Amino acid sequence: MIKLNVNGKTRQVDIAPDTPLLWALRDTLQLTGTKYGCGQALCGACTVHVDGTPMRSCSVPISAVAGRKVTTIEAVDTQRVGKAVQEAWRKLDVVQCGYCQSGQVMSAVALLSKNRKPSDADIDNAMSGNLCRCATYVRIRAAIHEAAKALA
Amino acid sequence: MTTIENLSLSRRRFLQGSAGLTLGFMLPGALAAVAGPGKAGSGTISPVHFEPNAFLRIGADNFVTVISKHLEMGQGTYTGLATILAEELDADWQTVRIEGAPADAKRYNNLFWGPAQGTGGSTAMANSWEQMRKAGAAGRAMLVAAAARKWKVPASEIAVHAGVVSHAASGHKASFGQLAELAAAETVPDKVALKDPKDFKLIGKQAKRKDTADKVNGKAVFTQDIHLADMLVAVVAHPPRFGATVKTFNASAAKTIKGVVDVVKIPQGVAVLATDTWSAKKGRDALSVTWDESAAFTLGSDEIFARYKELAKTPGQVAAKTGNADQAFAQAAKVVSASYDFPYLAHAAMEPMNCVMRLNADGLEVWNGEQLHTGDQYALAALLGLKPEQVNIHMLYAGGSFGRRACKDSDYVLEAAQIVKASGGKAPIKLVWLREDDMRAGYYRPLFHHTLEAALDAGGKLTGWRHRLVGQSIMLGSPFEKVMIKDGVDVVSVEGAANLPYAIPNLTVDLHTPTDIKVPVLWWRSVGSSHTAYSTETFLDQVAAAAGKDPVALRLELLADHPRHAGVLKLAAAKADWGKPLAPGKAGERRGRGVAVHESFNTCVAQVAEVTVAKDGSVKVDRIVCAVDCGTAINPDNIRSQVEGAVGFALSAALHGEITLKEGRVEQGNFDGYPPLRINEMPKVEVHIVPSSAAPTGIGEPGVPPLAPAVANAIAAASGKRLMRLPFNSATLAA
Repeated sequence: MIKLNVNGKTRQVDIAPDTPLLWALRDTLQLTGTKYGCGQALCGACTVHVDGTPMRSCSVPISAVAGRKVTTIEAVDTQRVGKAVQEAWRKLDVVQCGYCQSGQVMSAVALLSKNRKPSDADIDNAMSGNLCRCATYVRIRAAIHEAAKALA
Repeated sequence: MTTIENLSLSRRRFLQGSAGLTLGFMLPGALAAVAGPGKAGSGTISPVHFEPNAFLRIGADNFVTVISKHLEMGQGTYTGLATILAEELDADWQTVRIEGAPADAKRYNNLFWGPAQGTGGSTAMANSWEQMRKAGAAGRAMLVAAAARKWKVPASEIAVHAGVVSHAASGHKASFGQLAELAAAETVPDKVALKDPKDFKLIGKQAKRKDTADKVNGKAVFTQDIHLADMLVAVVAHPPRFGATVKTFNASAAKTIKGVVDVVKIPQGVAVLATDTWSAKKGRDALSVTWDESAAFTLGSDEIFARYKELAKTPGQVAAKTGNADQAFAQAAKVVSASYDFPYLAHAAMEPMNCVMRLNADGLEVWNGEQLHTGDQYALAALLGLKPEQVNIHMLYAGGSFGRRACKDSDYVLEAAQIVKASGGKAPIKLVWLREDDMRAGYYRPLFHHTLEAALDAGGKLTGWRHRLVGQSIMLGSPFEKVMIKDGVDVVSVEGAANLPYAIPNLTVDLHTPTDIKVPVLWWRSVGSSHTAYSTETFLDQVAAAAGKDPVALRLELLADHPRHAGVLKLAAAKADWGKPLAPGKAGERRGRGVAVHESFNTCVAQVAEVTVAKDGSVKVDRIVCAVDCGTAINPDNIRSQVEGAVGFALSAALHGEITLKEGRVEQGNFDGYPPLRINEMPKVEVHIVPSSAAPTGIGEPGVPPLAPAVANAIAAASGKRLMRLPFNSATLAA
């Protein structure tokens, strides 16, 4: 049994300790907003926050996050920055297929939590670990600026 | 077995003007059996509701539900179809929601595909345009008739605006929901009047996407997210080469892993069934499998290219012929020639292929990002000994597809069914392909080799054109073969080349279709145009240089009979300040501008690229200016979004995209070996839409083809170097 703190709740999971956090979230806790894309921290679709830092949950075993605060897309709207990012994404209709967007939103929230006025270069740096095969990048950039404006 | 073919409308009229190229679809079993009253989707349905046709349901709760027969895979189809219907219904956009249709070819067939339901070829808006308008108008007429009867006023005096029906003189007013029950009793009209486009309130305006909210909070449901009671997750050990099969396997180590429930052999490999994905993966990795590779395909990409180059020395099947090319070349003052290599490309959608199935007493239930309903439904029925109507498909959002989920052989869908069969149907199964399974499974954009030659007379006029293509056929062996292969020529192998729009008096296009290359191939966003636009549009730039002409001026000169091509070309050139000098780069940087124009799926797109080539040859694409003519713009913002995305998708392939084989094994497995474009490489994109009142044409794919040639032409303008193979090898561009 491993105790996880997910979205402010303590959850006991009876699965192998080497299980990546991604599969614990998706298969055990039924929090399916966090997506599987590559399993090797190459695409960012599985991005969650661990103690406020963006991490690729596909490559973090649950044993490494026991007792740490995990936040997923399902709870990101409890933060002001999360709300602003989601609102900007809606306003600009960023999404296409949408499969990568949970990860994009999580990375954007992490960026704006640290840097309230990111430049294009800052955005490229913070977001280049998140692939979007539909290539919604033009709007991701614009939406991050939009959210930054709303938060200013 | 009943064979149904040559039944209906043309899917690909765009290929050869109005030549009535029909798409047949060979279906086992009686087509009539497909039809059934089946309820669409699984949303909550108001107990009192009005359902005038297969596409619309209005509840007493005022919700207007539009049923989409097409898959939403990112291209905006759900919103587009709902926009069309809601326009004619005069619905309140805020109350509109969308449900995916069940598999039912009788009610939900693609009107361009005859008796088959499916999504592809950028046909969703084009085939549904009138159908959805009429569906909305019929609903409106019945609501009006119900109100007229209730209020005892003439129907002609009744107005409808944003979901409210009213009669000004009497002051009566009712919402759609209030009239739903009465409207359901009205007769469905035979004929309905459609709006004058000048009265459109939603079409051509800014209707927001309906799927955005759920896609930014994690609530949108993809196949990967389905979880059924007692469901097992299946991860499969696939053969290392195409055509190999399982000889023996040992599952003892796999079965010791906690969570692993069963291991079964299927024709596609060995499947490990577990209570969760991670256990299934660990079990799969613990398997020991010996493969029978006696019939496996063992060539590498290099050998395939070498064979294709040999083939290109001999004439192929003629795909297009105008005038007398041989004579033009004999009399030419100057001949320009070039050859091009295009690799295999994987679709690599963000959601790897997957499928959920549950066998129950009534038949098979399927959850899938379903792109080829009828093909999959019939293939599943045949495999499991069911009637097609016993295969009930829930169409979910697809996390991308780019053609992959419309597999002509139903590959991953049948793999899931084989697992259901092999495991006795005891538990629901979720087949999960890990990224490596997805990338190595084949069904790639075919590898191609092209050669081109142009003849110029003494005055620099383009008098002759020879284009030879060598590559596998996508349509061969598919349900579409009979109508898509004409006189030995697969029309999608040569689309964009055989119907070249330029006025060239003497032209020959021919094709070799090798059948001994056993790599599965499939349509990949923009299909044949993904390679033909590159060779034709970069070669034309070489011709312009040889003739001493400006690339835009030469194209316009040759496009006198193609006003839509010329229109987008002029618009893109004007918006990009074509002809004015580019701002210089930093020291050592070379900058250039390039153009390309291409028609695909009946839509014309021109793009002007601006690039910077660094001293070491690395390329930065700075800006892409696009002009699009896709007929009536249903959702202008979605058109812009699709073209922006197409630019990024095509740039991925141009800069990085390459699946290679070595001794028959696919060398790439994940995004490290096959890297899609990342945000730091994304150029600025401007999209300009040509105003049009013509019927809408495709938009999901047509933004792709012109990108790579426009960028390559810009690179040539900057560096003087022509790139003859994709992806670009920037090392050759070093100063």
